[in-house]
Amino acid sequence: MILNVICIVLVCSGILFFVGGAVGVIRFPDFYTRMHAAGKGDTMSVFLILIGVAIYQLGDFNLANLLVAGKIFFITVFIMWASPTSTHALIKAGFEEGQKVWTRKDEKGDSEK
Amino acid sequence: METFFVYAGVAIFALMCPIVWRIAVGPTAIDRIVAVNVIGTKTTVLLVFIGMIYQRVEMFVDFALTYALLNFIGSLAAARYFDRVNPRKQISDTEAKEQKL
Repeated sequence: MILNVICIVLVCSGILFFVGGAVGVIRFPDFYTRMHAAGKGDTMSVFLILIGVAIYQLGDFNLANLLVAGKIFFITVFIMWASPTSTHALIKAGFEEGQKVWTRKDEKGDSEK
Repeated sequence: METFFVYAGVAIFALMCPIVWRIAVGPTAIDRIVAVNVIGTKTTVLLVFIGMIYQRVEMFVDFALTYALLNFIGSLAAARYFDRVNPRKQISDTEAKEQKL
């Protein structure tokens, strides 16, 4: 029972982080700020949601469930390692491509796009 | 508890829809790749949820792991591709070669 409560709290907070990431990807004005929202909100929400599911999986404890929980934990660790790496690679590609940094002067021009 | 996973999966899917808007509108190609990367990461979570709903999580967790690996490799490949085809860098590379010669 208490594992269910922990799982629900973790999954709901993960979805909250994903709401932040989605709003950031939609609303932010330039490439770098969008990347910031996508990279951070995404990694944290996946971490919280999958840890919650792994804890729920350990509810009735046997060897098969332990293996599944270990695999889910491995996915979590992999995503926490891979998502910042791909964020860094994409930022580097965008920077080399010559993406412009948003400044306050662009505000009028950007609001129409 | 399965009902909760259904609702959580529906919430994640509903939050993916505005990111699809970013893929459609996104001013540059890199913006689109970023949005595709976010959706791919969330699909991993969605696959685990589908496994929990259908009581076959030991099968779907492998799918989720494979999807996470493929998503990572795909976004890295796209990033390297855009790093290489960018015209400004090619010009500076050729200039550097000419200076060496």
